[in-house]
Amino acid sequence: MLKERPLSPHLQVYRPQMTSMLSILHRATGVFLFLGSPLLVYSLWGIAEGGTHFQQMTDCLSHWFAQLLILGWIYSLFYHFCNGIRHLFWDVGHGYEMKTLYASGNAVLLISIALTAITAYFALQNLGGAA
Amino acid sequence: MAEFTLPKNSKIKAGKHFPAPEGATNVRSFRVYRWSPDDDKNPSTDVYDVDMDHCGPMVLDALIKIKNEIDPSLTFRRSCREGICGSCSMNIDGTNTLACTKAIDECGGGEVKIYPLPHMSVVKDLVPDMTHFYAQYASVEPWLKTKTPVSPAAERLQSKEDRDKLDGLYECILCACCSTSCPSYWWNSDKYLGPAILLQSYRWLADSRDEATGERLDELEDPFKLYRCHTIMNCTNTCPKGLNPGKAIGEIKKMIAERAL
Repeated sequence: MLKERPLSPHLQVYRPQMTSMLSILHRATGVFLFLGSPLLVYSLWGIAEGGTHFQQMTDCLSHWFAQLLILGWIYSLFYHFCNGIRHLFWDVGHGYEMKTLYASGNAVLLISIALTAITAYFALQNLGGAA
Repeated sequence: MAEFTLPKNSKIKAGKHFPAPEGATNVRSFRVYRWSPDDDKNPSTDVYDVDMDHCGPMVLDALIKIKNEIDPSLTFRRSCREGICGSCSMNIDGTNTLACTKAIDECGGGEVKIYPLPHMSVVKDLVPDMTHFYAQYASVEPWLKTKTPVSPAAERLQSKEDRDKLDGLYECILCACCSTSCPSYWWNSDKYLGPAILLQSYRWLADSRDEATGERLDELEDPFKLYRCHTIMNCTNTCPKGLNPGKAIGEIKKMIAERAL
């Protein structure tokens, strides 16, 4: 009788590659953005209702944990957007060489972090942020 | 649904340790995946301490030395020892490559870790079952298909420029390093063809003499065979022949998009 063969290790042994890590980050930020979309509706609803509802909404979103989540959503939006542009270049047949892949991957990481920092800075400066 | 952990019978247990011979000064340890169908044990990793003063420079040299001098039960495939047969593909130091062209010095410090190609059914030790991979290869009908009759005495000619389009494709040795580095192939290899087979498929799509381009594209146009590729690019990153399967897949997607325009 043929014995049941084992499955060779995969995630357990494969060294994390920049290629696959950026790819899974794209997936993760996409899922995170989707999960955050009701919050966008909630904040728009708060603005539309105004008055106590608006007050309640801003109080709720001023909590440090909510602020942390919002920072996560800002980063997710920028990363997913920038890496999405990288995907568009692939779709038209550009940027498949290993050197280009690493350069564009690093660029996406740097740009998304910079855009997040700039957005967070202006939010805290002009909108009062957590205050 | 993707299964991220190993099944119960595949969990890796601690194995044996084979120390270096007395007096060896230049010792390197190799941690090697072991599984035998002849007993009821789970897979394990055995550690072999090898005297590097009496060993060739490549990982395959070390494996052959282990098999010859330390543990004859160690099982692996190898043939040409010069990177053209694709037999000794395995996971070395965390990425897939050919043991014969991977220098031991390139494996960083510490133990050299050697596993079979990832997410494959293991026949024994470092030997994976390639049946499904080869069946997928056969499914893309990897031969020249023509409709225009040519006299048996004549050749089907191709311009130099058209021949150049096959460079970077025909060199693929079907070692399966790329396909088994691809997380999409890990989770969907039942339906997704994987980078190696898609590169091979593109080799015929790109051939000016082939006249079955439309039928080949029809065959690939479904949610799984081609489109489970999410441009992760582990394939190109790991190809021991320096080819670009990720780009070949991109070209197929482009061909399908362009013919719909």
